[in-house]
Amino acid sequence: MTSGAALPLYPRLAWYGFRRHAAYWPAALAGAFTNTVFGVLRAYVLIALWQARPGLGGYSVADAVTFCFLTQACIGPMQLFGIGLDLPQRIRSGDVALDLVRPAPLQLWCLSEDLGRAAFLFLARSVPPALAGAALFGIVAPRAPAAFLASVTLGVVVSFGWRYLVALASCWVMDDRGLATLSLVLTTFFSGLMLPLTIFPGWFGSLTRALPWAAMAQAPSDVYLGTAEPVRALAFQALWATVLLALGALLTRAARRKVVIQGG
Amino acid sequence: MIRTYALLVWAWTRAAAQYRVSFALMAAGAFVIGGLDIAVIWVIFANTDSLAGFGPAEVMFLYGTSELAFATSDMLFGNVDRISQHIKAGTLDVMLVRPVATWAQVAADRFGPHRIGRVVMAAAVLGVALARLDIPLGRAWMVPVMVVSGIVIFTSMFTLGGALQFLLTDAPEVANAFTYGGAMLNQYPLSVYDPRIVQGLTYVLPLAFVNWRPGLYVLDRPDPLGLPSWTGLLSPAAALALAAVAALAWRAGIRRYRSTGS
Amino acid sequence: MIDAAELGRVFRVRRQVVHAVRDLSFHVAPGEFVACLGPNGAGKSTTIKMLTGILAPTSGRIRVDGLDPARRRTALARRIGVVFGQRTTLWWDLPLRDSLELNRLLYKVDRKVFRDRLDELCVLLDLGAFLTTPVRQLSLGQRMRGDIAAALLHDPAVLVLDEPTIGLDVVSKAEVRDFLRRRNAEHGTTVLLTTHDLGDVERLCRRVLLIDHGSLAFDGTLDDLRALVPGRTSIEEVVTDLYLSSRGSPRTPPLPPVPGGTSGTA
Repeated sequence: MTSGAALPLYPRLAWYGFRRHAAYWPAALAGAFTNTVFGVLRAYVLIALWQARPGLGGYSVADAVTFCFLTQACIGPMQLFGIGLDLPQRIRSGDVALDLVRPAPLQLWCLSEDLGRAAFLFLARSVPPALAGAALFGIVAPRAPAAFLASVTLGVVVSFGWRYLVALASCWVMDDRGLATLSLVLTTFFSGLMLPLTIFPGWFGSLTRALPWAAMAQAPSDVYLGTAEPVRALAFQALWATVLLALGALLTRAARRKVVIQGG
Repeated sequence: MIRTYALLVWAWTRAAAQYRVSFALMAAGAFVIGGLDIAVIWVIFANTDSLAGFGPAEVMFLYGTSELAFATSDMLFGNVDRISQHIKAGTLDVMLVRPVATWAQVAADRFGPHRIGRVVMAAAVLGVALARLDIPLGRAWMVPVMVVSGIVIFTSMFTLGGALQFLLTDAPEVANAFTYGGAMLNQYPLSVYDPRIVQGLTYVLPLAFVNWRPGLYVLDRPDPLGLPSWTGLLSPAAALALAAVAALAWRAGIRRYRSTGS
Repeated sequence: MIDAAELGRVFRVRRQVVHAVRDLSFHVAPGEFVACLGPNGAGKSTTIKMLTGILAPTSGRIRVDGLDPARRRTALARRIGVVFGQRTTLWWDLPLRDSLELNRLLYKVDRKVFRDRLDELCVLLDLGAFLTTPVRQLSLGQRMRGDIAAALLHDPAVLVLDEPTIGLDVVSKAEVRDFLRRRNAEHGTTVLLTTHDLGDVERLCRRVLLIDHGSLAFDGTLDDLRALVPGRTSIEEVVTDLYLSSRGSPRTPPLPPVPGGTSGTA
């Protein structure tokens, strides 16, 4: 009677993804600790800024602190600092050819595993920083808890869509470390992880709020705080999820042509 | 130890030189990553004139001194915090059977000269800040002293983080909270934090001596904790004290590894 | 050259005490060629780690070339050569020649002496064809020969090899064995190797140490080992029988603890 014995393929893959990461729970707890420490440091900077400019970006001081810990909580499930997929190694070693000839689509396969991973990291790396933030500074309660959970899930899907593109790009680009660095820069800056995108000035701010990275940390936080209308925010996330997954499907087809037919 | 370190760093530099394009791209990437922090400071000061009592040029000065020290330390010795990978992969055993200092081998391993990009960015920021601040020579002499002390302090932090990984081999990320966290902490005036945190960073873990205390001296600002301004000149002493603690911790870590086998 | 007396090593794994090595005593004279056999997890690698100073023993005493490895690790490192079959001591991204040159500097070998030794090793190990190739591009057999060369550049009195033939093809194995035999015969280098490959033992070693459940189960010549299990002639069958019989009862060692012929009826 192993749990998940009766599950169909994709939920089962998600369950394996969950279990696989649960085996590394000390690393996840260490990550939660680090995310919490950085959350505390960022919170003080944001408090100083909001004391100088109360109500900035539509947030109160309490909102800003909450935003800080919410975005720290997004780092694990949405892998804002890394690729979080095995794909680049498998491409480098050539094992990806085996993945591509499986009768199950590679993208869906990876997505299932990634959702399982995200579910575990949500428990291990998102809950502790949020609790610590609540204990140390006090954070506001969610306005729409159900919409928030939906928004987090969509955020994970968008982040997967992006990371999958970056990972698969190493089929064509030799320097996958350079790609990972580029992705890190774009994601940390444009996801709202460093500062709320709502305070980025002028047209630059409008642009950052329309890019896919805004669907990762910024959108779920705004749904939580009630500073964005849930339906609009969820639609924005769903749009980017669709676009990125569609691009991923196209890229997978191109990768299959390149790897399987041309032989690398 | 210095000879060993220099030999290994030179070997890794030559290895990196085989891939010129990759080196250039990664150095540019490091430069841009350094620039992200500046973009954040820019966004903050697009919204306010002063943060916890400090203006943009002063914040850039504090950021520049700390970041220059951190980026240099990270480039030269930051790989010490990869020790848990060496333990897991068994490569630490290979280092232990060589007749040279283990610390130098770990610190030099996979030396990445591309990290110079971040050092260059930090130096540029510091240069711009100094040009805007117009600090008299009578206090400016402290700037190079504080950067060098900062390098020693951050290197000690990396070493302490490495030593901690002998205990927490499965959770090396804990060390990041102290190393990268220490760098993040010093990017802004410490007056944004709770005074108790600043006290801890003065008397316990002397990160306040990287740029805050000497920076107050250079900027000729009163100390919110009320300590006299000459305490800012104690950075070299604080750096040496922390280095001694780090050296002891590292030795204890190696001893533990060799006596417990894990 | 190597002296171990009542050597013991205890690990604590989740509050359980595990005796990885217990009461291990043996003596290796200068110029001997000794193979260390034993099933997976028997304590061979732990023993190697204690001999090289990577791991301190919890009881007993070792001397390698007169030095206590745990206390004089760095001094000992200059007098011994160590080869790990499963991982390389060479620098992954550097050409083999640069890796060897780096070892020359780390071990402080004189340039002239180094050149002579490298010339000799190049001929014997046939390194010439891939001296300028980065280590990561070498085949396993080439890498192993490079590793052996690196371990011998400082002309150590003792060479310790942990599974040096693991994963090698038959030709590479033969080359490595040939070289080790010549090195031992011509330079008088003391060699201690661990292996799972009985071909190594048959072709190289006059003497076998069999380690099982952390203690010495047999110490003697190959012929003595064969005589342990009557009716078996190939060394492969003998060792299989011994391993299987020890697996059945982990608490009571079924093998005679002393060298000699009495069959396993303990």
